Parts: sequence; C-alpha cells; structure tokens
Amino acid sequence: MAVTDAGKQPAAREIAPLPAPPAEAPLKRFLSDFAASRLATGAALLLAAIIVVAFLSPVISPQDPYDLATVSVLDARLPPGSENFAGYTHWLGTDGAGRDLLSAILYGLRISISVGLASGVIALFVGMAIGLVAAYVGGRTETLIMRVVDLQLSLPAVLVALILLAILGKGIDKIIIALVVAQWAYYARTVRASALVERRCEYVEAAQSLGLSHARIMFRHILPNCLAPLIVVGTVQTAHAIALEATLSFLGVGLPQTEPSLGLLIANGFEYMISGKYWISVFPGLALLLTIVSINMVGDQLRDVLNPRLQK
Amino acid sequence: MSNAPTLQVTDLKTHFFTRAGVAKAVDGVTLSVDRGEVLGLVGESGSGKTVTGFSILGLVDHPGRIVSGSIRLNGEELVGKPEAELRRIRGRKVAMIFQDPMMTLNPVLRVDTQMIEAIRAHEDVSEDAARQRSREALVRVGIPSPDERLQSYPHQFSGGMRQRVAIAIALLNEPDLIVADEPTTALDVTIQAQILYEVQKLCAETGLAMIWITHDLAVVGGLADRLAVMYAGRVVEEGPVDRVLDAPLHPYTHGLIGSVPSHNRRGARLSQIPGMTPSLLHLPEGCSFAARCPRADDACRVMPQLERFAPSRAARCHHPFIAENDGQEIDLTFNE
Repeated sequence: MAVTDAGKQPAAREIAPLPAPPAEAPLKRFLSDFAASRLATGAALLLAAIIVVAFLSPVISPQDPYDLATVSVLDARLPPGSENFAGYTHWLGTDGAGRDLLSAILYGLRISISVGLASGVIALFVGMAIGLVAAYVGGRTETLIMRVVDLQLSLPAVLVALILLAILGKGIDKIIIALVVAQWAYYARTVRASALVERRCEYVEAAQSLGLSHARIMFRHILPNCLAPLIVVGTVQTAHAIALEATLSFLGVGLPQTEPSLGLLIANGFEYMISGKYWISVFPGLALLLTIVSINMVGDQLRDVLNPRLQK
Repeated sequence: MSNAPTLQVTDLKTHFFTRAGVAKAVDGVTLSVDRGEVLGLVGESGSGKTVTGFSILGLVDHPGRIVSGSIRLNGEELVGKPEAELRRIRGRKVAMIFQDPMMTLNPVLRVDTQMIEAIRAHEDVSEDAARQRSREALVRVGIPSPDERLQSYPHQFSGGMRQRVAIAIALLNEPDLIVADEPTTALDVTIQAQILYEVQKLCAETGLAMIWITHDLAVVGGLADRLAVMYAGRVVEEGPVDRVLDAPLHPYTHGLIGSVPSHNRRGARLSQIPGMTPSLLHLPEGCSFAARCPRADDACRVMPQLERFAPSRAARCHHPFIAENDGQEIDLTFNE
C-alpha cells in the first residue's frame, strides 16, 4: 500500500524546501512583551537609574560621608536644604554626625544593593543545584533535601539570619553568608517543582537513551527549561535580601558602622524621630522603599511575561 | 557472527514493584532481530511492548526492574551490566525513537546542539567533525536545507520534520539496533508513509536492525519483516509478517486482525474481542487470554509454552488455528 507507493513518488520529497520560518528574536519579543506594561517599564527604568547612581556614588555624591576630614559635628542634624558653615547646601539635610544625608544614602544604596545581589546570586546557584539534584535523583535523597527545605522555610528568614549573625559576628561577608543560608531554600523549592515536571518529559528519556551523562542531562537539558520561574523568584528574593539586610542592620547585627547600609542610616535617625528631625530616617527609608518596590514590580511583570500560560 | 541475530532476548521478565503489588509488565518475552530486519512488535496498550523496548535500553525506571532473562546484543549480555557501561551502549549501539516528536527534542536547545552532544557523548571528535556528521544524518533522512535546519530550534519544525530529526539523531552513531516506540502514531498518514519508506530503505542499506513497536497493524504489514504479537507481558505469536496476518495461529492475533475495519466488510458488524486485558497485578493462572478466548477449555488453565509450528512460526496456545484456517476472511487492505 502507501508504504511501497511512497517509493515511486520520490518527487514529493524533493519539492523546493520551504524557507525556514524567520527566527523571531526571543530577546526582542521578550522586551516588547515586557514593555506592554507602562508601570513595569517605569519601574525597570527607575531601578536601572537607582543601580547606576548607587554604583557611581563615589563619583557623583557631593561629599564622602565617611571621610572624617570633610565631616563636621557642628553640621549635625541640619534640616533639608540648609547651608553648612562651608557654604555648601545639604539638600536632604545631615545626620547626627554631620554627614551629608544625600551622600550617605547613595553610599548606603551601593552597599545594600551589592549585598542583596551577591547573596541573591549565590543563594540562587546553591538552591538551584540542590533543588535540581533532588528532583533528578528522587527517592530518599530527595525526601531528605526537601525536608530540610521545609524545616528551613518553616522558620522566618529574619530569625535564621539573626541567629547566624549572632554566631558569626558583623561584616559584609558574614551577612552575605547569613542571607544565603536564609534564602537558598526558596530557590531549591522553585527549581525542584519545575524540574520534577521537566524530568517526566520525553526529551529527558530521549537524552538518556542517547547515553548522555546525568550531569549533562540535569544542567544542560532540564535546567534551561526551569529558568523562567527561577528568574522571577530570583528578582523577588533579591528584593527580600535587600529588605532583610536593612532589617538586620537596623537591629544592629548586620553591617558595621564603617560600612553603613540604608538600614543603619534609618537606625541612626530613629532616635531623633520624636524630636521632629524626621529626615535622617525618612529619606534613607524612602530610598529603600523605592528600590524594593521597583524590583518587585519588575519581578511581577517578568512573571507575567515568562509564564507561557498567561501569554496571549 | 554474521548468522547470530543482532538482538536476542530470552525469557525477559521486567516487573514493577508497586505498592499495590507486583505488576508483571513483561513476563517471559523471547524475541530476536537479525541484521537489516524490521521486527514489528504489536499488542494492545499495556501489553508490555514499550516496557520491552525500554528494558532493551536498560532504561526501566523505579519501581520497575529486570527480574530475570537475558538480552544479548551482538552476543554481548546487557542484563546486569553496570549503569556506566550501559550508558556507553545507549545511543551508540542501541538507539531509541519515541512516539511524540513534539516532546522528544529539547525545546530550548538548537538542533545542532542536540545532535553534536549526542555524537560527542560517545566519541572524542571535534565539534566541526560532529557538525558535519549531523548534517549528513539530516540529509540521509530527507531533510532539505540541512545547514539552515541545524541552526533551528525544534519549535520551528513541523511534526514530521521533527520525527525525521529524531530518527537522524538515533542514526548519528550508526547503532546496530533501533527501538522505535510508535514513532509514526502522532503523524498524519502521508508523512507516515514517507517516513516508513525512509526507514525501510535505511535498514536495507545499512544492515540496521529495528524493533518497531506499534498497535497499527497496517503499518507493520507494510514495513516489518517479522511480527511478534504481545499480550499481557508475553509474546503470544511470532512469525513472518505476511503469514501471521494472513493466517494467524493464536486466537488473540485472530481477534486483533478481525478488529481492523476494512473496505470489504462495509456495513458488517466489526468483530471485537470481548472483555478487557487482565490487570497485570493479578494475572490469571494459565493462559492469560483464556477468559476472552472463544476456543478456551480446561487445558487452558495451564500456561501454554511458546511452540514452533513451522520453522519460522511460533505461538503460545493450546488450541491454535492450524490447518483449519477455515477460509475465514481476514482481509486487510495492505494485502493487495
């Protein structure tokens, strides 16, 4: 029947090849999808601006707030817009030690964002690897890993980080360790959930039937298919990390006074709040708020754009 | 060695140890495939065809495992080999083609990435050499403009094209045996015919042995050289494809062929096999088809053995249709 007939009509197979459909640049589509929401675009631009300004802080800030030679205690607690003895205007006022608040906020942003990003990225890689192995290996290993994750997630992240910092002491490296420990479990759970689905896909069986190694199947085949939720969780968790670091610094267990993040600035102004000197706490607080809100809005939009089920 | 079959499976048992009990998905399968031969493996869903295929590749997932039996590939025993050695055989000596071409290619990796890694998993060749071989494999399965296609992602291919790519990947390392698990079921008939034609040609040209798992009797009728019919984890009948389809020995094969609608019996009632396949958890004593079999009697309480009825034919039945193949019409369109 048709099987043998097909041999007589080889012409059918030699029809001029259809041109391959134009490869739609995935990046371009992603960007246009993302830009569909004006709010999210605004948030992304704001976030970009905050990051640029924060990392340029040593260049653009009017004063080096930690150079004792330029800071005078006589300028302490000047309200926003007032001039100091040197004739320089402190647009956001000064804090209790006479430091220019605008400069302190810029420096603080840089530290907060660096710590948030560093711990977010490290936690992402750690959690990703652990979650992936759990999903792929299965059995007892998976049960064990996931019970540890459950245990970790049943404790508030602040508590875990607080306990760790109480043991480790202060310092940027230590707070990054604490934040990674407090957050890896979120990534592990996210990756495992999507890797469990991907693992059942036929392309994994096909890859196994080709004799590829387990590591290759895990990291080259399964992982790229799990990236979408990971990116979303990554953004949101980075915002969490920044907030968490601020909280810890506010409580006085985070960064030392020599490396003041936003949380520390807020804490420094806290005692003056009642006496009406609001600006010392409020402006760093606003900077923190804007950063976190813009990251979260970008994360929300990423979730919508990267979720194939929500695509029109 | 040239006379020895490429694949010899003897009394293979693959059981699944589930909480509900032991499911004997494959329970004593014996088959062999020679060089350049296509063996059609047919049976209903749940008859153990696919598990047999996966067992040959050593890819039985937990909670299943090969309990006993032997799988010899070119005389080399595969059962009991450590995973690392099996991995070296997989993709190199035995390859597999899966049912759904939409699912078997990784959606996020380009075709060339997937093909090149399949070669380099087994051989220490340069990327350029691997790319060249991938290109040749695409040409061999009839894919036009292979260079462009290598750069594409799977979603840019149609279903038929993807299955060709999957076949090309299976061919990359020039395996001795390909296990094809219903590879054309998801394709429409014209594409199916083209692919069957390519596969037939490949087997004839390269001496590739193939196991074609399917439930479509028309497909095996046109493609396979020999046919093995599975029921409840066992091969119940085996023989040259034309002979089996023209004059089946086993009542189950008889029923299976009778259930295929054909032109000649238009308007007539389609015969069907009464009842359903037994649960693999609680297989009856004796012949597992007895409960549905019109010819069953007391003798069937004892499990029949796979008996030779002609040099090339065998069936597992106490009451096979021998000689009395009473001219009952078995009409399938592919016999024209």
